[in-house]
Amino acid sequence: MTGPAPGRRPDETALAPTGTYVAVWAALLFFLGLTIVVAKVRLAPFGAAANLLIATIKAGLVLTVFMHLRSEGRFLKIMLGVALAALTLIIMLTFSDVLFRR
Amino acid sequence: MPDQPPPGVRTEPPYWVDTGRYHGLAAWMMSTDHKRIGIMYLVALLSFFSVGVFLGFLMRLNLLAPGAFIKAQTYNELFTMHGLIQIFLFIIPGVPVAFGNFFLPILIGAKDMAFPRLNRLSWWLYVAGAFIVLLSLVIQGRPPDTGWTFYAPYSIRTATSVSVAVSGVFVLGFSSILTGLNFVTTIHRLRARGMGWFHMPAFCWTLYATGWVQMLATPVLAITLVFLVLSRVFGIGFFDPARGGDPILFEHLFWTYSHPAVYIMLLPAMGIISEVVPVFSRKSLYGYVAVAMSALGIAIVGYAVWGHHMFTSGMSDTARVVFSFLTFLVAVPSGVKVFNWISTLYKGSIKLDAPLIFALSFIFLFSIGGLTGLIIGSLAPNLHVHGTYFIVAHFHYVMFGGAGFAILTALHYWFPKMSGRMYNERRAKLGWLFLFVGFQFLYFSMFILGYKGMPRRYFDYPPEFRTLNIVSTVGSWILITGLIIIAVNLLRSLRHGPPAPPDPWGGKTLEWRIPSPPASENFRTPPVISDTPYDYGPE
Amino acid sequence: MDETRTPILTGAAGREGVDELGKRTGMWFFLFTELLFFGGMFLLYSIYRYKFAADFHRAAADENLVLGSVNTAILLTSSLAMVLAVAAVRRGQIRRSLGFQRATISLGTVFLVIKGIEWGAKISRGIYPNGPTLLSLGQGQILFFGLYFTMTGLHALHVLIGITVIAFMIRFTKRGVIGPDRYARLENTGLYWHFVDIVWVYLFPLFYLIT
Repeated sequence: MTGPAPGRRPDETALAPTGTYVAVWAALLFFLGLTIVVAKVRLAPFGAAANLLIATIKAGLVLTVFMHLRSEGRFLKIMLGVALAALTLIIMLTFSDVLFRR
Repeated sequence: MPDQPPPGVRTEPPYWVDTGRYHGLAAWMMSTDHKRIGIMYLVALLSFFSVGVFLGFLMRLNLLAPGAFIKAQTYNELFTMHGLIQIFLFIIPGVPVAFGNFFLPILIGAKDMAFPRLNRLSWWLYVAGAFIVLLSLVIQGRPPDTGWTFYAPYSIRTATSVSVAVSGVFVLGFSSILTGLNFVTTIHRLRARGMGWFHMPAFCWTLYATGWVQMLATPVLAITLVFLVLSRVFGIGFFDPARGGDPILFEHLFWTYSHPAVYIMLLPAMGIISEVVPVFSRKSLYGYVAVAMSALGIAIVGYAVWGHHMFTSGMSDTARVVFSFLTFLVAVPSGVKVFNWISTLYKGSIKLDAPLIFALSFIFLFSIGGLTGLIIGSLAPNLHVHGTYFIVAHFHYVMFGGAGFAILTALHYWFPKMSGRMYNERRAKLGWLFLFVGFQFLYFSMFILGYKGMPRRYFDYPPEFRTLNIVSTVGSWILITGLIIIAVNLLRSLRHGPPAPPDPWGGKTLEWRIPSPPASENFRTPPVISDTPYDYGPE
Repeated sequence: MDETRTPILTGAAGREGVDELGKRTGMWFFLFTELLFFGGMFLLYSIYRYKFAADFHRAAADENLVLGSVNTAILLTSSLAMVLAVAAVRRGQIRRSLGFQRATISLGTVFLVIKGIEWGAKISRGIYPNGPTLLSLGQGQILFFGLYFTMTGLHALHVLIGITVIAFMIRFTKRGVIGPDRYARLENTGLYWHFVDIVWVYLFPLFYLIT
């Protein structure tokens, strides 16, 4: 850790040590490599699902560590869930049409 | 506190006195004061509404008798612009931008919104977007003739100014998103000490729910409009069958926003009614928590019903059944509100002033609109009445009879607070009478016409529909007379009305504790809340 | 629902009258709107991928996996630079923060240059909306490339906007408008930048990894 860690006000997010950010970055690059390998190996039809899962893991790392979501209040996390649920609902209902056309 | 003046006594100048860097028009356009922004929005809204009414007047004039005098192409452009103006320039901004902006901070005891400069940006974006939409009337070929719904593939192929109009709507959407963001953050962060979530006025709950809908639904419209322009300009082909695209997907994306949009129009309007009914019954709002929760319920379920606009589009049977079922669900929270308003009135001490008369009209007209919505939401009847005047009647009952009348309710209820003057009660009631009677002739006849099979968006019709069309057109003249009486009454009262006291109605919410009109900073000292907003004492 | 209610009145915020949590919350709300904005594009992609699976696989073979992977790594690294820039300001290390902000801009610019190269390669071969080569391919391929240009184009626009905003943040940081107790602007810029990164994290497999 470089420099003095500031005392945290209640409305601030928790600042992680620099090492944590770098470690997450390394993990992200690892998952990037993994996703390329998965695609090359051609695990169809599981390849697409696996790659989306890996993408979600990467997104989750960025959200929780880089965007400090893990030290945010419960309300914000719930509303993120609501926004994702809204998008999911829209996709599902649209597919209820597309999947079942005669 | 012995040295404080009593509440409501004026010690600072009203909010319309220029005290800062700017003067005159600049002081208004550069203002971040939520009250000034609200007034500017209100003036713009009512001006655009008048233009939209005039377009409707022309349409009804054309339909007075069979044998149209307006050409088919022109008629298509008329109903397109009528829809675009009334929906995107008037009723979607509607209650939130005019009355939400003016009163939300006051109702929660705050000095201004959470992001006053963002609020100003919303206003500027609204002006820009409205300007661009109106610009489509005169540039890039003839005005759009697609209907306000811009269905593909016609909207991609028509050689009219669709791209300009759609760009204007995009900008307006951005304004709406930022307004919703501002309102939600304001309600979270700026409530006065002691004002818990369940001490907030019901109107604030509806603004809160609406803000979320604005934030989570409008972006879908934004991307849909981007796709539309890209299809027109670059031939992207997402909705073009010749390129493998699916026009039904356009409808899905469009209505994914445009159905929640009707709740953007309606929820704050219902919030107004929830404010007015207790005051004029001198009785606490019945079932406050249920009313608050039903606002959230409408917002949430309203997300899942958009397919009921598409039952005849070629969607799968599975989707049609699913959407019809979900549509029935959304009626439940609306019913909760109507029930609670009636229960508030029951055994209340009723004062039949203009705000309450408009509010009662809302309840009546919205109920008719809502009940016919159940008919249309059922799959089998929908197949017969889709695309007919039955639909036109339904949405005018809920939009105009509902949200429109709520705006008139709010205009009269808050006129004394915003302007510092009282309007003339008798003229207000006279205007209401013409408006209400004209409304029934104009729109109820459309239910019958639609049921008998008269299609909408047609510039002419066969002779068998003649009589009801005459009734409807004459109704439009009576309605417009009523609107003029109301407008003249309010405009004259602005200059000649008697000065208004801080609390002419005996209301319990925070705006009635400050002078009419309010000072710039709203409150001399931040209020501390100790009771609920509907505390009328023992019944 | 919030731990620090009404800070403007109670003074619990870093500066009297300034609601840092409110500003950050507002930024998150804006990102939710962006989620729905990009979400509409992903919806269209998933439907057309379902309908034209084979054509999508064929079209994806045109993508340059090396450039796409390099770009992904660049954007992920720029996210690291961004969060370190914010962390540095919070620790009072202004010069360090400026270095990281500049690094973020540089990496973002390289991303855009590579993107431009990829686009240029396609356009020069007639693969662009209404382009002659594209129209001769199957319908599914037309839609794939339509989605490709639209989605990567709008993403690139967001990257460009982000670069512009960070440039302003560099000015604010130099002038002291951004400091250890008033960094909401920079933090919000970071949130935006990370979001744009996350969008790319999903775009990459959808366009480059489905051969």
